[in-house]
Amino acid sequence: MNMENNIVIHTDKLTKKFGDFTAVDHISFDVAQGEIFGFLGANGAGKTTAMRMLCGLSKPTSGKGTVAGFDVYTQSEDIKKNIGYMSQKFSLYEDLKVWENIRLFGGIYGMNDKQIAEGTDRMLESLDFTQERDTLVKALPLGWKQKLAFSLAIFHHPKIVFLDEPTGGVDPATRRKFWELIYDAAEDGITVFVTTHYMDEAEYCNRVSIMVDGRIDALDSPSNLKKQYCADSMDEVFTKLARKAQRTGD
Amino acid sequence: MKQFFAFVQKEFYHIFRDRRTMLILLAMPVVLIILFGFAITTEVNNVRLGVYAPSQDEMTRRITERFASNRYFEIVSIVKSRDQSDEIYRNNEADLVVVFEQDFQNNLMHTGSGAVQLIVDGSEPNTASLMQNYATSVLSQFQSEMTSTLPSRTGSFTIIPQVKLLYNPQMKSSYNFVPGVMGLILILICAMMTSISIVREKERGTMEVLLVSPMRPIGIILAKVVPYFCLSIVNVITILVLAVFVLGVPMAGSIFWIMILSLVYIFVALALGITISSLVDNQVGAMLASAMGLMMPVMVLSGMIFPIENMPAILQWLSTIIPARWYITGIKKIMIEGLPLEYFAKELLILCIMGAVLITVSLKLFKNRLE
Repeated sequence: MNMENNIVIHTDKLTKKFGDFTAVDHISFDVAQGEIFGFLGANGAGKTTAMRMLCGLSKPTSGKGTVAGFDVYTQSEDIKKNIGYMSQKFSLYEDLKVWENIRLFGGIYGMNDKQIAEGTDRMLESLDFTQERDTLVKALPLGWKQKLAFSLAIFHHPKIVFLDEPTGGVDPATRRKFWELIYDAAEDGITVFVTTHYMDEAEYCNRVSIMVDGRIDALDSPSNLKKQYCADSMDEVFTKLARKAQRTGD
Repeated sequence: MKQFFAFVQKEFYHIFRDRRTMLILLAMPVVLIILFGFAITTEVNNVRLGVYAPSQDEMTRRITERFASNRYFEIVSIVKSRDQSDEIYRNNEADLVVVFEQDFQNNLMHTGSGAVQLIVDGSEPNTASLMQNYATSVLSQFQSEMTSTLPSRTGSFTIIPQVKLLYNPQMKSSYNFVPGVMGLILILICAMMTSISIVREKERGTMEVLLVSPMRPIGIILAKVVPYFCLSIVNVITILVLAVFVLGVPMAGSIFWIMILSLVYIFVALALGITISSLVDNQVGAMLASAMGLMMPVMVLSGMIFPIENMPAILQWLSTIIPARWYITGIKKIMIEGLPLEYFAKELLILCIMGAVLITVSLKLFKNRLE
């Protein structure tokens, strides 16, 4: 894979301080287009803060960072147009119907009526949701909501989609189905940046970074990491690294 | 612009699909107007009256008839002796007893003055003073008629100080409550509902998604506020229509200025709502902050229920920072007293300043919270 030509996320010594507290401490990494990049770390390790900087929600204290080719200091509006986002609380409005949610997010991302209508049909068909078009979201099962939320996050064809612990609270079987969607998106050239607590999910990623106390302590493919730390599973790798942490989780 | 409308439409869906919200928005103004207008009235109706006239003469009979025909009074007993008048009092058969002196008519004709004693139940001072006012006005009316119809008798009949009621000669209490209810409902809808709906997005995690989207924070806030702004105007109109056609409140002043003053007040209330939403993290917090921080002061300090002039100095001073106080005073001046702009310009100006300060503060707070 030629990573130099199509880097979509680039950070160089990116740092965020809150007063004396350094939440994110000089992190440097690159993510290539179409890659599934796992962003791991214990609670309080600085994952969320790092992700907020990359999404254009908060300004770094120092260091460099570009997302989709735009600078995180000055071009946050352009960044927002080119990324999708889904969080643990999955972003859907429960009291809106499925198609109303789709139209709302299409509208927010500036798509026109024709694009929204075509996109809606295509999306519902591929998810096999066509008969649920007029259902209120709160009536859907959790697994379906998550699939829908993910499909909405990539509805406007972003360059990168940020997933913040997207599969919290679902069983491994549903989680595996959800990951099929993630692979489909990556095949379409959408870069996936995902944080997770589940180590079985870490194994699905192309590359994984592990944050400890605001620093990135390890960054490689899951198989290389396991070799490097003489571990059988990602779980073991993570435990070995996390043990070094000085900070306590919140 | 298209994204803005998509968002406003979504807000309307939220409102129309939530039965509780709809109930507050639509039923609240009607219920409050009806409640304050009819049930919680400070008007005293059906005052039970006892009359004691030791010397039954023409004058006492005519005055008694006056009381009988007055719509506030209902004569429950004609008392035969002084002891009996005390008795019906003790048995709680009457609220007010009118006692004429011995030889009332004779004294009136010859000395020019006749004494009438009004015995009022003073256990509820407000009610007592109202009943006393009603009774004295019946007497003074009678007295002035007698003086004009019998000009030859130069002796004046002055027995009672004359009471004159300005603006509200019938002392109809609903007049005073309508501006109060408007002040209350607008705070409730604009501040409480707006803050709850913004906080709900935070609580459910949808706010994060909106902030990551290309929508600007100011756009999100505006889009959330627009539906409540529209609904508040609908409510102002509903209340005015109910007040005029159901409660019979006269519309003495200009509707145009009532609407202008209301729009400024709505703006102040919305800014308060945005401020609250930046200070709290959950819907319960928003509800409590609005109820304790806004509704209570509006009810107690705005002059809606308790007259500001009667408050201790510290509370009077405190009431000046309550927007509802200025709004209610202004609306009273326009609607009931029918005064022109120069008389309520002060209220209008104060509300404008409050609005400008609050919107600056609230947007700053909202932005700070994002960082």
